[in-house]
Amino acid sequence: MNPTNTKDPEYYHKVVDCQYACPAHTPVPEYIRLIAAGLYSEAYMVNWESNVFPGVLGRTCDRPCEPACRRGRVEDEPVAICRLKRVAADFKDDVKHRMPQGPFASNGKKIALIGGGPASLTVARDLAPLGYEIHLFDEQFAGGGMMRSQIPSFRLPETVLNEEVGYIIDLGIHTHYKTYVNSLKEILDQNYDAIFVGTGAPRGRDLSSLPGRKEASANVHIGIEWLASVAFEHTNKIGKKVIVLGGGNTAMDCCRTSRRLGGEEVKVLVRSPFSEMKASPWEKEDAMHEDIPIMENHVPLEFVLENGKLVGMKFEKVHPVYDEKGKRQLLPTGEQDVFVEADDVLIAIGQENSFPWIERDLGLDFDGHGMPVVNDVTFQSTLKNVFFGGDASFGPKNVITAVAQGHHAAVSIDLFCRDLDVLKRPDPMTNLMSTKMGIHEWSYDSIVATDKRFIVPQAEKKITLSDRKKEVELGFDLTTAFQEAQRCLNCDVQTVFTEDRCIECDACMDICPTSCITFTPNEDEKDLRLHLSAPAHNLTQDLLVSDTLKTGRVMVKDEDVCLHCGLCAERCPTSAWDMQKYLYSTTKASKIL
Amino acid sequence: MTYLRPQFHHPELPKNNIGYTKKEYEGSLSTLCAGCGHDSISAAIAQACFEMNIEPHRVAKLSGIGCSSKTPAYFLGNSHGFNSVHGRMPSVATGANLANKNLQYFGVSGDGDSASIGMGQFVHAIRRNLNMVYIVMNNGCYGLTKGQDSATADEGSKSKSGSVNPFQAIDLASMAVELGATFVAQSFSGDKQQLIPLIKAAMHHGGFAFINVISPCVTFNNNVGSTKSYDYVREHVEATGTIDFVPTHSEITTSYAAGTDTTVTMHDGSKIQLHKLANDWNPEDRIAAASSLQKARAKGEILTGLLYINSGYHDLHATLNTTDISLNTLDEKVLCPGNAVLAEINAGLR
Repeated sequence: MNPTNTKDPEYYHKVVDCQYACPAHTPVPEYIRLIAAGLYSEAYMVNWESNVFPGVLGRTCDRPCEPACRRGRVEDEPVAICRLKRVAADFKDDVKHRMPQGPFASNGKKIALIGGGPASLTVARDLAPLGYEIHLFDEQFAGGGMMRSQIPSFRLPETVLNEEVGYIIDLGIHTHYKTYVNSLKEILDQNYDAIFVGTGAPRGRDLSSLPGRKEASANVHIGIEWLASVAFEHTNKIGKKVIVLGGGNTAMDCCRTSRRLGGEEVKVLVRSPFSEMKASPWEKEDAMHEDIPIMENHVPLEFVLENGKLVGMKFEKVHPVYDEKGKRQLLPTGEQDVFVEADDVLIAIGQENSFPWIERDLGLDFDGHGMPVVNDVTFQSTLKNVFFGGDASFGPKNVITAVAQGHHAAVSIDLFCRDLDVLKRPDPMTNLMSTKMGIHEWSYDSIVATDKRFIVPQAEKKITLSDRKKEVELGFDLTTAFQEAQRCLNCDVQTVFTEDRCIECDACMDICPTSCITFTPNEDEKDLRLHLSAPAHNLTQDLLVSDTLKTGRVMVKDEDVCLHCGLCAERCPTSAWDMQKYLYSTTKASKIL
Repeated sequence: MTYLRPQFHHPELPKNNIGYTKKEYEGSLSTLCAGCGHDSISAAIAQACFEMNIEPHRVAKLSGIGCSSKTPAYFLGNSHGFNSVHGRMPSVATGANLANKNLQYFGVSGDGDSASIGMGQFVHAIRRNLNMVYIVMNNGCYGLTKGQDSATADEGSKSKSGSVNPFQAIDLASMAVELGATFVAQSFSGDKQQLIPLIKAAMHHGGFAFINVISPCVTFNNNVGSTKSYDYVREHVEATGTIDFVPTHSEITTSYAAGTDTTVTMHDGSKIQLHKLANDWNPEDRIAAASSLQKARAKGEILTGLLYINSGYHDLHATLNTTDISLNTLDEKVLCPGNAVLAEINAGLR
């Protein structure tokens, strides 16, 4: 293999699995160390710079970081990254003075943001400090978008959301709430320098062709619409027997909200097997903890009515069959159809985009699926001054993805408004700095804690089920937060190898607790991976390969299960190994920290 | 500084035939200087024991005093160990071996421990052909007392402080050959490829197996001008050949160009396959071994590899004709059979 190019900013970035997996590339180990040090405000700001909504995401994020966490490859469970983020939000002091302070000198440019969700708010946060005059349009009475309308209060208290939306609005954003934009043309005519569309995926999918759907409509509700109606307090009760259709996080929110509005026998029925449901595992657990059975492999057949009133639904039992390519088919088991009683049915089987308000003759192209044609790097549409982001750009994903897309779009909008090429993106900020403090002393806690993942305490079920707004999770206390933070392996503290200092004493190879390091004759990657101290079967993880050493061998380090314990560097007599902290910050339109 | 070894290990760590991973052959974290050659040798011993499928509790590690003699704490943490008086490891090893001949004995010593204070003990252990692996971690200096020249420091070798050693070196490998050791090898801590098979073969050898391992002292003797530095040793090593140790039940699989390999069959039928780098080399020729060592020394080179092996020998137990079962398992009834037996013996002598 050729020597690894560690100058490529993505090489060490990839080693920080959690940060790499995060769509917004939040420097996770950095803020976890700050939490361990008791610097909650600093930890909050590291988050705020990257993901804009630490308090919201610390409660509701889909956590792409956690399955990626290296800890999950050396023991059972990853670090509770998400809930540590909440610790930073819960225990911070007043952070407002750490944020960009307006009023900002105007740059004479005007931007319109359509929709007040996480993507639009991110664009606003990134562009406001640069002096843009920003106008935000939303049909509701406050910003937040789906975070307000779809995430129930028992998972995300309104105060937390208001605080974090407020930080952005207070940067001097001109808000136009309770304003539904029904024509893009009208906005275009108002001479904005750029327009950002962050209108989400506002339409819940229905089962309109299912027999009985129309007749039962008084008791059949679309999940996200129903959740919004609960959030805005138009709905405050539901029948005793509730069926929730669907297997995603919206279904979980629907069933748990039902339990709080009078639903006594709430059941989730899902077509797919339990293990393949889209909902996050912890959301499924929380639902089941609230006495909600999840019935897998049930395909809805019809709404059953008696005397014109809904009494339940009929389902066909199926089982998954996979072809050689792993493609799943749900085939009937041949068992008798199942009837489940219900007073109300909530349909939470997915969301769709919908752009009835965008005229199709403006030069803004749509594809065959009714989606706007958007560049996936610049988020620019075919109408050069219109940008998209969040669920509106590439379909429904999650909050953290919307934030990431908001950052990208903000960079593009800024480049566009300065008449620069939107494809020439500024580089990310990177910094690689030694953590060496003394002969064998590092500025990070290099000892690897053996604790198992700590559980986040929850409020008593009796209390939470009786009050829709009572938050279920209590969050870590500070002692537990410290212990959980110590489980982090500090993957951003990189093992940096300098060939010309190595005397090939093998000390690093001998000491490495996870057998990551091998000195060996060079080969092709395929062969090399098999001939290491321990085989490197995880192809998603790179090999760090040195240049040829004096004896003609190379040093190969498999990044897969490196604990970043620093023992290689401690045992290295010549400092050929050094532990260096790598900070990677994605390109953003403005400097926040 | 970290004194704790993280508990996690590679999830796909290979297992040996008795189901252990390398982890089971590790000891506590070394407190020697970072980069010490001794740590590499410790790792090589642990790796050899892992590959030989030996249960850690079937091993006894014995040592004297010195940096080298600290190392048994850093490998095979689940084995027996005895840290004896300076230079007296061979006596303790002899006693232990006589009492229980069923263990695998590792004597770990240094140049001070073997070539100075323990020289008398060392030569007699060879003379008795005690069944053990005797490893000298040879760094040519007294690392524990800040690097004074030891008895194995080469004449003319320069210390870190700049003084030049005026005395001749004791060549432990030549001496072992001269004294009739039945297995003599020399290696370098920085060459595990060579060292691990040598240790495996030495473990299998049924008599006194001596391995002199050049092991640079990174703190006091790794400077320019030293003949025991990493750089000097790498430049001046001349290997007699590469060896593969082939246990009885395995087939020899490696093959080299005709005329360059020799197979030495050991006492139980297992084999050492030797790939010779020098064509006129015969590892079973004691005179050739002695002269090659002298020649290399005259050229300022360090001859490594298996230097000499003698498969027709008796170890101490065979020479003394001890019982088949080890002495420590004989109970009082066997050892004191009673008056009647005594009377019978006495009668036989009349």
